[in-house]
This record gives sequence, C-alpha cells and structure tokens, in this order.
Amino acid sequence: MNWDWGAVADFMPHFWDGLLVTLQVLAIGSVISFVLGLVWALLMRVPSRWVTWPVGTVTEFVRNTPLLVQLFFLFYVMPEWGLTLSALTTGVIGIGLHYSTYTMQVYRAGIEAVPVGQWEAATALNLPMRRTWTAVILPQAVRRVVPALGNYVIAMLKDTPILMAITVLEMLGEAQLFARETFQFTEPLTVIGVAFIVISYLASLALRALERRLVH
Amino acid sequence: MSTDTHAPFDEKPETPRASGELIRLERVTKRFGDHTVLDNLDFSVDAGKHVTLIGPSGSGKTTILRLLMTLLKPDEGVITVDGQQLFPAPEKQVREVRKKIGMVFQQFNLFPNMTVLRNITEAPVTVLGMSKDAAEERARELLEMVGLTDHLDKHPAQLSGGQQQRVAIARALAMQPKVLLLDEVTSALDPELVAGVLDVLRDIARSTDITMLCVTHEMNFARDISDQVLMFDSGRVIEAGPPEKIFSEPEHDRTREFLSAVL
Repeated sequence: MNWDWGAVADFMPHFWDGLLVTLQVLAIGSVISFVLGLVWALLMRVPSRWVTWPVGTVTEFVRNTPLLVQLFFLFYVMPEWGLTLSALTTGVIGIGLHYSTYTMQVYRAGIEAVPVGQWEAATALNLPMRRTWTAVILPQAVRRVVPALGNYVIAMLKDTPILMAITVLEMLGEAQLFARETFQFTEPLTVIGVAFIVISYLASLALRALERRLVH
Repeated sequence: MSTDTHAPFDEKPETPRASGELIRLERVTKRFGDHTVLDNLDFSVDAGKHVTLIGPSGSGKTTILRLLMTLLKPDEGVITVDGQQLFPAPEKQVREVRKKIGMVFQQFNLFPNMTVLRNITEAPVTVLGMSKDAAEERARELLEMVGLTDHLDKHPAQLSGGQQQRVAIARALAMQPKVLLLDEVTSALDPELVAGVLDVLRDIARSTDITMLCVTHEMNFARDISDQVLMFDSGRVIEAGPPEKIFSEPEHDRTREFLSAVL
C-alpha cells in the first residue's frame, strides 16, 4: 500500500466541502437537540397526562428506533405527504430530533438534581412559577448538565456520516465519492479520520472551558 | 418598620406592638401516610409576638411552619393569616396572603446562581414590582443590619454558613413580611457561627414589630426573644406560656423531660 500525497492534495477541495457540511450538521443539530430536549423535558413535567403521554410516547419511540430509519422516513416518506426538504435540512432535523430524545433525559436529571430547598425558597419568596424556572431552577440545572450535553455533541459528530445515506455529502460522503472516482481509499479516509479526531478534541476542549466558566 | 432604633442588648423593650390576632390555625390535621403529624390543632399568634415552638423532633413544629409557608397543605382545617384565609383558598389568594409571610430555612436555601445582592433583590423586583434601584438600596440597608455589606457581589458558595444564613434573613426581610418563620435556622451551622446569626435575630426581634414564629433548639435564644413558648408533643400543644414559666416551672412531665434533655 502506497501513501500518495498527490491524492491527498486532490481530495482536499472535496474535504473542505465535506467539513463545512459536517460542521453545519453538528452545530445546527446540536442547537435543535438542546432546545427541543429542553422543551420535551419541561413538557414531561406538566401535570397532565394529556401532555406527558403523547410526549413520552413520541420521544420514547424516537429514542428507541435507529437514526438511519428515521432519516429514511423523513427523506423518502415525508415528501409523499407533501413535505419536501433538502437532504441537508432533513438530515439536520433528523439528527437534532433524534438527539433531543437523549438530551431531554439529561435535562430531566439536571432539573431533578436541583435541591428541593430551591423550590421552597422560591415559594417562600412568592416568585411566580415562570420566574422560578427561568431565574432559579434552569440556570442551576443547565449548569449541572453541560458536561453530559457535551458528550452528546461528540456522539452526534460521530453519527454525522449516517447522513450520507440520504445523499448528504458530509466528510465521509465526500471521501467515498472521491474514492469511487479515483480508486484511492486510504488517503481520503485517513484525512477524514484525522479530521474527526481533531474536531472531537477541539469540541472537548471548548466544553471544558465552558464548564470552568460555569463553575465559579 | 424601623431598623435604626436599637435598644440596649440586655433589655426587653416595652414598645407597643401591633395588636390583634395575625395567625390562626383551626382544627388543622396533617398526616404523612399513616402517621398523623398534627392532630386537630388549634392555635393562634397575635401580631408582633415572638412565639417559639419547642418539643422533640417529629412533634410537628416544623410542619406548622411549612403549612404556613404553603410548602405543605393540611389534610383538614383552616389557616388564616391577617384576616385572610390561606387554606383552603384559591391560588390567587394564596399568592396574596403569602406575601405577608417570610421564611428562613435550616439549610439557608440561597440561590447559588445569584450574587448576594441579587438573592435579596430578586423577589422585591419581580414580585413586589420595586424598581431595581430601590430594591438594591433596601438590600444594602438589610445587609448592613446583618453585618455583610462587604459581600454583596459574592456568590453564596463564597460565604460561610453563618454568613449565608444572615443573607437568607435579609432576603426574607426584603419582602417586608408581617410574619417571619424561622425553621431551626442555626441547626446546620458550625457552633462558632451560631452566635452571629442569633444576635441578628435578637436585633430584629427587638427593633422591629415583625411577628416571629420560631422552631429552635437554642433554649437560651428562645428564652431571650420569646413572648410565648409552645411545647409540642405528638402533634399537640401540651403546654404554653411565657418563657420564664415554661423554662423555670413547667407543669407537664413531658415538658420537664424534654427540657432536662436539651438544657
């Protein structure tokens, strides 16, 4: 097996395209999963079965079926119902939705970890429910769960190649396309492998910096 | 209320206090599962009085404070504060009546995500609609009263337990309640920090007309500040009277046993 720097050079323009797509998926997917996960977690606390039952069922279903199946469903079935989105949009929504069913559990744990005394103090001060959540409970809960949320960002990064299956050309997609055309597999796959490690590492550094800032 | 007219330390003032009944519990029963904590309890507290609840743990003292703070709901009975029903009552009325009540907790329960200043101003601004400036000015006065003016920009974690508890007292007072509930406020403190907190409370008892309802194991403190001491046992008041009487010549055997165990 020979290492061909020329192939690396040829692959790089495609690599940058793929990297950009991967980072987009990761960034927007993370935001969706953070926001939606929080929404699920809060809805699950509504004291009504009419809310918790549907939310619980849907999220349980999404969490326990493969991401790949969900992506196929969104990409191939939704258009039949009249909803056609680009492959990238579908992929970002799919991965964000999938991961939101994990982040909701992280938030739930974070909310439950806030001592009951905090709720009691908020009641004693007559704070309205909304204010209790936004000023007292959520700031403490979110601070606690940043490390766990960060782990899901890294897990999501490693799941981004699945989007290849619905024609999204992220890093692996670009590498595979390049390899098919040139029959050179080693170089593009090595390049994206290194890229995954570098992104994970940078993400975990950023995360640790964030944790340090939050814990003062 | 005025906080700047300090009486000498060893003198119980004869300042006229607001009179009339402020708190009334009628036939209040509270059960946890099969266990009846409060059994058909009747009692009332007059405005401006300092009442201390003593008794063995599990006798229902803390439950009374928690019922008044609406952290618990009674199973039966009626609770009235300042002429308005707190239980049973619709949520809107509960919120209204609850404004008259403040509480200091055993574990302080300061908001760790907020500075000392913001802990104190949060509720006055969002609940009472005070301006931020007015709330901060008031917070500074209160912090001066509890001796913590240098700490207003710190977070609770940077303070000692005693300091945190003094902030919690200031936070409760910032809402200008008519009643201050004190739930074993020194029990979680290291011994050397207890005196500072009790001094602050003595000061408040002496210099304001706030009604105090206090659960404590600090019998000297209870003797100092109380107008009335209620001895609880198994969810009932078995003996009540001024501290001199309860501590010196208790009538009930259970009171005598309890006092000899704690004094």
